[in-house]
Amino acid sequence: MQKNNQTTHLKREVLIRIVKAFNSDNFTEQIRLIPLKMRPKGTDVSYRCCIHKERAILRDRVIAGLGFSIEDSKEEIPLSDYAEKSRKRTQLKTEPFLTILDEACKGCTPRQIYVTDLCQGCVARPCKNSCKFGAIEIINGKSVIDPSKCKNCKMCIMACPYNAIVKIKVPCEDACPVDAISKDETGTAKINFEKCITCGKCITYCPFGAVHEKSQLIDILEQLKNNKKVAAMIAPSIVGQFPGNINQLKSALLKLGFYKVYEVAQGADITIKNEVEEFEEKMENDENFMTTSCCAGYNEFVKKHIPELKSFVSKTETPLYYTAEMVKKCYPEIVTVFISPCTAKKIEGFKNSNIDFILNYEELGALFVGKKIDILDCSENSFEKKSSKQARNFGISGGVANALKFKIGKSNKMLPHCINGLNKDTIKELKKITKDKKLENGNFIEVMCCEGGCLGGNSTLNPSKNALKTLNEYLEQSDDID
Amino acid sequence: MLALLEDKYIKSEATIYVKENFMEKIEVKICLGTSCFVMGAAHLQELAEIAPQKYGDLVSVSGSPCLSLCTIDWEYSRAPYVKVADEVVYEATVEKVLEVIEKKLDNAKK
Repeated sequence: MQKNNQTTHLKREVLIRIVKAFNSDNFTEQIRLIPLKMRPKGTDVSYRCCIHKERAILRDRVIAGLGFSIEDSKEEIPLSDYAEKSRKRTQLKTEPFLTILDEACKGCTPRQIYVTDLCQGCVARPCKNSCKFGAIEIINGKSVIDPSKCKNCKMCIMACPYNAIVKIKVPCEDACPVDAISKDETGTAKINFEKCITCGKCITYCPFGAVHEKSQLIDILEQLKNNKKVAAMIAPSIVGQFPGNINQLKSALLKLGFYKVYEVAQGADITIKNEVEEFEEKMENDENFMTTSCCAGYNEFVKKHIPELKSFVSKTETPLYYTAEMVKKCYPEIVTVFISPCTAKKIEGFKNSNIDFILNYEELGALFVGKKIDILDCSENSFEKKSSKQARNFGISGGVANALKFKIGKSNKMLPHCINGLNKDTIKELKKITKDKKLENGNFIEVMCCEGGCLGGNSTLNPSKNALKTLNEYLEQSDDID
Repeated sequence: MLALLEDKYIKSEATIYVKENFMEKIEVKICLGTSCFVMGAAHLQELAEIAPQKYGDLVSVSGSPCLSLCTIDWEYSRAPYVKVADEVVYEATVEKVLEVIEKKLDNAKK
């Protein structure tokens, strides 16, 4: 499914309206009015059964945008109260980071095998014969599946000469690489947080836009408003995510009120050096292979799903870790905000006291729009610390492996294998490698949770193809790592 | 294959028309101001590839700095905006823009 669709449009509009409400004289009232302003009396009901349901769902989107779980929300509490609560909280970094809008979710049918009207009620009845579980009966001349007996083996689908039997998909369940999301008996999706790696694929793939990130937008706005010194640490994948170039983006961030802007690529330069040392040491000790450690979704995956792989994962810290450490060392009082392509980094931020808040690209976009800052109007403001070409390329699949290979140089004994996106197939592959304790034809595995790397993160704004073009232009202006 | 043939057909018909009637090129401007970009204009950039393939020289597509359409009552909710000649397309999608282009080409032929 394309990332740009009506659900992303709605979600972004809600975020922008939250920012606008924050800038207004009456925050709580303006928040209360968001669903009503988006669906005023007499407007066309575009998506749901009636205007009231659309407003109810928009209300939930606002609650998630204010940083609360829909699961814990109460209908009797007015939106304005949530708005007030959001500004008063001090403790925010609470798991889980995802929330499901049950009202929005109920739109789709549970996963099942279903006989459509195309069933001709034929004499041969290959479906009935093919079913080993006796789940198919002929009622009124048409095949009917008894869901209590059906085992989803799909034999009937293959047997039907009219293609009359289909498997009804549940996009979030199909998208989740670790089977952490499923519909319960009420038809609402539930996330099993014991299994969830917060990769955000369900956010992208739900056609009803029913999965939200709990935003930290208000908390960051509050810091900026109170004239706190706030540092923005921008992920390497941000290049190409906004109009203009990266130096204009830096100006735009300063205009928003950030005190300093850092490229996380500068931390990536440290990651490269440390990871190369670690790799060489491991190879000298005849270890079979090593994997990367910079993708938060992958780290969470290893922890929750293949703990035996942990000993092969690099102990080197992430680029964000080194960047945040450096920033806090220079300015102990500063509030740090990581500007992130994905949800998974919230887990890392949660565990690291040097990282105070996480803002994703969509939320940053909402900040710019809500505060009427056009990046193309901003002057260029270059970064004091020049990061290397290899570090700036960390956000694409293959980028980390290439950086390490380049750093090792001529004595290159690194044979990388890149896992471009965690999905059911690549997970199978990783499980096999872990079981064998061996990587065929290689000694280094780079794992990126999202397809295409961070450029494919759940909150990216520009399709990878376009972003890659801008990134490559930026890389051409950058120097190789020494 | 069929689609390809159809494309060629449209193109040749229209090209002949232009040659005979000196039709003005249809200019498509995708607003790449921050509001539009965030609201989905980034995904409209593929029009720059699709339109020339489909209509040849008849249509030119380019990105544009903010067209200032969002500043009127700050209607960002209707972004992204695209201008097809003098017509503004609200909440633009690739399909919507192509539809307007086709309409304009048809009108020109009449």
